[in-house]
Amino acid sequence: MAKKKEGWKELPIGAIIVEPGSSRKFKTGDWREGKKPVVDKDKCTNCLFCWISCPDSAIIVKDGEMKGFNLDYCKGCGICFTQCPVNAIEMVDEEKE
Amino acid sequence: MKVAAKTANEAMAEAMRQINPDVVAAYPITPSTEIVQIFSQFVADGLVDTEFVPVESEHSAASACTAAAAAGARVMTATASQGLALMNEVLFVTAGLRLPMVICEIARTLSAPINIHCDHSDTMDQRDTGWMQFYAEDSQEAYDLVIQAVKITEEAFLPAMVSADAFILSHSLQRIEMLDDKDVQNFIGEHKTPFSILDTDKPITVGPLDLQDYYFEHKRSEAQAMRDAGKVIEKVFSDFGKKFGRKYNLIEEYKMKDAKRAIVLMGSTAGTAKEVVDTLRADGEKVGLVKVFAFRPWPTEEVNQALKNAEYIGVMDRAEGMSGFGAPLFTEIRSSLYDENKNPDIYGYVYGLGGRDTTPGDIKKVFDDLKKVENGKKLDRNNYLGVRE
Repeated sequence: MAKKKEGWKELPIGAIIVEPGSSRKFKTGDWREGKKPVVDKDKCTNCLFCWISCPDSAIIVKDGEMKGFNLDYCKGCGICFTQCPVNAIEMVDEEKE
Repeated sequence: MKVAAKTANEAMAEAMRQINPDVVAAYPITPSTEIVQIFSQFVADGLVDTEFVPVESEHSAASACTAAAAAGARVMTATASQGLALMNEVLFVTAGLRLPMVICEIARTLSAPINIHCDHSDTMDQRDTGWMQFYAEDSQEAYDLVIQAVKITEEAFLPAMVSADAFILSHSLQRIEMLDDKDVQNFIGEHKTPFSILDTDKPITVGPLDLQDYYFEHKRSEAQAMRDAGKVIEKVFSDFGKKFGRKYNLIEEYKMKDAKRAIVLMGSTAGTAKEVVDTLRADGEKVGLVKVFAFRPWPTEEVNQALKNAEYIGVMDRAEGMSGFGAPLFTEIRSSLYDENKNPDIYGYVYGLGGRDTTPGDIKKVFDDLKKVENGKKLDRNNYLGVRE
């Protein structure tokens, strides 16, 4: 459960944000509607086209290897799916895990 | 203190010199051009420390001032009419970001048809922006209100415009009493700001996207600032009155104590109306005037208190409002008095559009109309004063 949001008296005036880097806390993954990316690591060549194309920095890379998707931030735009040169990424229905 | 002959443009430019704002970004427009022209001479002569930014439009003037205010600067500009209209988009931003700023505004009508003369359609167009609005009757009030507005905006965290009627005030020479430079500086004090976009030790984000989950709360907070601003204004008016002997209130009552018939209006026409009240009083008629200084925040309690004994009220609007019903001041007055037990008869008069002269005879006609109503004659709820049929 998300924490209770502040009432109008508790918020800083003028809608300013007083905490630096707080956008990290804004988990935009819940904007995803229906489809999420999955990777077939047997096909993946770790070219990292997906990583460089992702507008939400949601591709997890460790030691030069593509490890999957951070679904807290992936908005399901499908750019990685269209950019993958070896068709290793598919967009699948969220329900069918 | 020194006595001087100043037009409202000159008086407001002098007030700006004495305030010595950190940033002034401005674009010229008739009839407020002189304010910035005179002020830019002060800049050139080294009489102020202001960073003067001659921008390419009023939209840019308001934007540059708003950004400088977010950086913690004390900011001012001047404009009128179409210039104010062009600022409209940014005015919501200044108020929404809760930044202090003062506009020296000259009340001029809006096109079309094109006309450079006085009415209040430009400021009425901005009444929902979240800016405080003050209306001066003469050069002295324009001067005093600009100085006080600086302090008010910085304490209320809302911007303010001080309006003086085009040509009638902006270009008419009047006697004013000017404060000493150091008295103005002492009165307004140092500008303190709770946050600044330039403070790298306390980094902040200004103007982020604010969606369904927070926008409403921020607007609620802004609305409260406007509701609370009346108290801030009264405090600053009171301090100014104690220090300099000229005490302002949210409204001015003129011979209202036992007035049965009253006129309510704003701006320079108050001078003419006072003259008519005096004349009619000399004939034993119980008439009075309420001049509204602060249109935003709207001074409900003060207005109701002033009009509590009035039975017939004529509200004079120098803007049409184009509601198909009543002009802006009329609807405010009528709505304010709705909750009172007494039920005065209130009539609207749109007057002086496009700088049409408003004579003592015009004002007398309103009082005469109200008398006819008192004697049982029927009058249209909304009327036009001085227009050819």
